[in-house]
Amino acid sequence: MTILTVLICSGAACLSSGEEAVKNKLMTLINEKNLQDEVKVIETGCMGPCQYGPLMIVYPDNSFYISLNEDKIEKIVDEHFIKGRPVKEYLWETPETRKKVEEKKIIPFFEKQLKIVLGNCGNIDPENIDEYIGTGGYEALAKVLTEMTPEEVIDVVTKSGLRGRGGAGFPTGLKWKFAREAKGDQKFVICNGDEGDPGAFMDRSVCEGDPHTVLEGMAIAGYAIGANKGYIYIRAEYPLSVKRLQLALKQAKKYGLIGKKILETDFNFDIDIRIGAGAFVCGEETALIASIEGERGQPRPRPPFPAQKGLWGKPTIINNVETLSNIRKIILNGPEWFSSVGTEKSKGTKVFALSGKVINTGLVEVPIGISLREIIFDIGGGIANGKKFKAVQIGGPSGGCVSEQNLDTPVDYESLTSLGAIMGSGGLIVLDEDNCMVDIAKFFLEFTVDESCGQCIPCRVGLKQMYNILDKITKGKGTMEDITRLEELAKVVKSTSLCALGQTAPNPVLSTLKYFRDEYYEHIKEKKCRANVCKFDEIEEKVIK
Amino acid sequence: MQKCDIKENPQYDALRLSLRILKKEEKPSLIEALHRAQEIFGYLPEEVLCFISNELKVPLSKIYGVVTFYHFFRTEPAAKYLINICLGTACFVKGSEKVLKALSEDLNIKVGETTADKLFTLSTARCFGCCGLAPVMMINKDVYGNLSPDKAKSIIEEYRRKENQTNG
Ligand SMILES: Cc1cc2nc3c(=O)[nH]c(=O)nc-3n(C[C@H](O)[C@H](O)[C@H](O)COP(=O)(O)O)c2cc1C
Ligand code: FES
Repeated sequence: MTILTVLICSGAACLSSGEEAVKNKLMTLINEKNLQDEVKVIETGCMGPCQYGPLMIVYPDNSFYISLNEDKIEKIVDEHFIKGRPVKEYLWETPETRKKVEEKKIIPFFEKQLKIVLGNCGNIDPENIDEYIGTGGYEALAKVLTEMTPEEVIDVVTKSGLRGRGGAGFPTGLKWKFAREAKGDQKFVICNGDEGDPGAFMDRSVCEGDPHTVLEGMAIAGYAIGANKGYIYIRAEYPLSVKRLQLALKQAKKYGLIGKKILETDFNFDIDIRIGAGAFVCGEETALIASIEGERGQPRPRPPFPAQKGLWGKPTIINNVETLSNIRKIILNGPEWFSSVGTEKSKGTKVFALSGKVINTGLVEVPIGISLREIIFDIGGGIANGKKFKAVQIGGPSGGCVSEQNLDTPVDYESLTSLGAIMGSGGLIVLDEDNCMVDIAKFFLEFTVDESCGQCIPCRVGLKQMYNILDKITKGKGTMEDITRLEELAKVVKSTSLCALGQTAPNPVLSTLKYFRDEYYEHIKEKKCRANVCKFDEIEEKVIK
Repeated sequence: MQKCDIKENPQYDALRLSLRILKKEEKPSLIEALHRAQEIFGYLPEEVLCFISNELKVPLSKIYGVVTFYHFFRTEPAAKYLINICLGTACFVKGSEKVLKALSEDLNIKVGETTADKLFTLSTARCFGCCGLAPVMMINKDVYGNLSPDKAKSIIEEYRRKENQTNG
C-alpha cells in the first residue's frame, strides 16, 4: 500500500543541479530499507523555483524540500519516510520571515500563481502517457472528435478570447478561422517551439513537463482547420524537450491518439518533430516555414499570410507551444471559464520565466492583469543581495525595459505595449543597480545585429550603426548628437524593416532612452557609469568578436 | 553526380542508414540530414556535405548556404570538450562575460579557438533555457549553473585532472 507519494523534479535546471544523483540515492535507500510498497516516486517536469533545485515534494504532507543533496536525502528517508517527521530544516524558507514553510501551498512563490498551462508540470511523470490520461488528458480531443464540428471548435476558441502567446498576441480563434476558410487540398499545423528569446524557458518547461498537452492541442487545431499533418519545430539547444516529445509521440501513436483514424473516427493527424539549428530569426513564422522546408531561415514578406500560403504553399497555422497548451482546458471547461480570468482584452494566464537579480528565479504562471510588482516582489521575493531594483526587461530583443514608476501597471498586451515593452514570449529579467542601462541596450543590439538575416538594408545596416553609436557611448566617446542620431535611426529601422525582427529591434534602445535617459547623458557628459560597468579610461580587449 | 573525396569508414555507413530513413519521407529535410551528419562526425567537413549533396540530390551550393546560415552547424572539428558559455540575457546580467573572460585567460584561447592539447574548444551560446541558474555554461552535454569566474575555472580544472588520471 502506498503511503507516501514523492514527486522529484527532473526539469532541465534541476537535472543540472544534480537531480540524478539525488534520485539514485533515494531509490537505493528505498530498496535498502524495503520501502518499495510504501513510497511511490515519480519524476516530474519543472516545478517552478529553479533556483532551489533539486526539488522534491512529499505527499500527503505537502512538504516541499529544496536544495537537496545525497546527505539530505538520507536524513529525509530516515526521519520523514520511516519515522513520519518531516525534516524542517530542509524545507522552503521564506526570505521575508526566515521561517520554514511546512506546506507547499502556502509558500508565497506559489500563492499568487494560477496554473492552467502548467497544471500538470511538476505534478505528473511526463514520460508516462497514463498519468496524463489520468488527469483528463485526451478527453478534449475525444470531445471535439465525437461531439463538435470544426466550426464549433473554432467558435469556442474565439469566444474564450485566447490570444497567441508567442509574442504578437493575435487572436487564436481568428487565425484558425482564416485557415479553415482557406482553400487547399492539404493544410498544416505548426507548433512553434523555437523559443529564441534568450532568458525565456517557458516553452521548454512545458515540452519537458507535459508534452502530451502540446500534442493534444495540435491535434485539436488540426481537426478545426482541416489539417492532417503537424510539425513541432524545436530548438536544438533543448535536447531533453526533443526526447520527451519524441517519447510522447510514440506513446500517443501506440494508443491511437495520433495517427490514422484517431479514436476510431475518420480523423487522421500525424505529427513530426523538426529540430532548429540555432537561428533566432527562425522563430518568426515565415522564416520558420522556410527552415522546415530545408532552406535558409529567411523571413518572407507577408501577405500572403501562412493561413493562406504557408508550408510548401499550403494553408498553415503556426501557434506557440503555450498557446496550444491552453486549448484542451478551454474545450473541457468552456470559453466562459477561460475568459473569466484576465483583463478585458487579454484573457487567461501567462507563463513567465523569471530570472536575473530576483531572489526566486524560475517559472511562474499568473492571471493576466496582475502587476509587475506582484510578480517581482511577491512571487519573486524581491531583489537578491539587498540591492535596489532598477528595471525589468520584458519581451527580450523585441521588448523593452520597465522602470520602477511603472511597476504597478497590469501585465497585459496593451498596457505593456504602451510602456514601450511587449508581452513577448514571457521572459522577465530583473535588473538591479549594478546593471548599466546603456550596456543592456548595447547587449540587445549586439544580439540583433548578430541574428539579422541580412536580407533587408534597414535591419542589416541600420542596427549595426545603432550598435556602433552605443559602443561609442559606453566607451565615453559619445556626443549629444549621437542621441538624436540614435533616435532617428531607430525610427527608420522600425518603419522600414522587412520582418518583425528589424521592426522591433530598436525597442530596447528606445525604452531605455525613454526611462533612463539620465544614464545616457551621464556617460556622454560626465564619462560616468553609475553601475560601474562601462570602463572609460582603458580600452578593454574584447574576447568576443 | 559530383565526385566527393570520401574515405569510406563506418561513419559513412551510419550516415547512409540515417539518410535512407529520411529519404522515405515525402520531402526529406536537409536540416535533419545535417543534424544527423553532425552527430555522427562531430562536425560537417566538406566531404560529408558533398556526400549529402549526392544522396539527397541537393546542389552543394545550397547546402553551403544552409550550413553557414545556422549557428549550430560547425565546419571545423571541436576539441574533446566543447565549452559553451551562455551569453543570453539572464546570464549576461549576472556577469557571464566575466566568466568568459576568466576562462579565456585560463585556457589562453579566444572564442572559437581550441587549446593546443586539443582538449577544450571555447564557444558561446545564447540561452540553454536554464536561466534560473544563471550564469550557465555547458560542457558537451552537461550544464553547470550559478557560476562565478572561480567556480568555472575549478570545473575546468576538474576536467583536466580527470583527463590526466585516465592518461596515466
Ligand atoms: C524575430 C522573431 C522571433 C520570434 N520567435 C518566436 C519564438 O521563438 N516562439 C514563438 O512562439 N514565436 C516567435 N515569434 C512569433 C511568431 O512569428 C508567431 O507570431 C507566433 O509563433 C504565432 O503563434 P501564436 O499566435 O500562438 O503566438 C517570433 C517573431 C519574430 C519576429
Ligand atoms: S540566458 Fe543563459 S541559460 Fe538562458
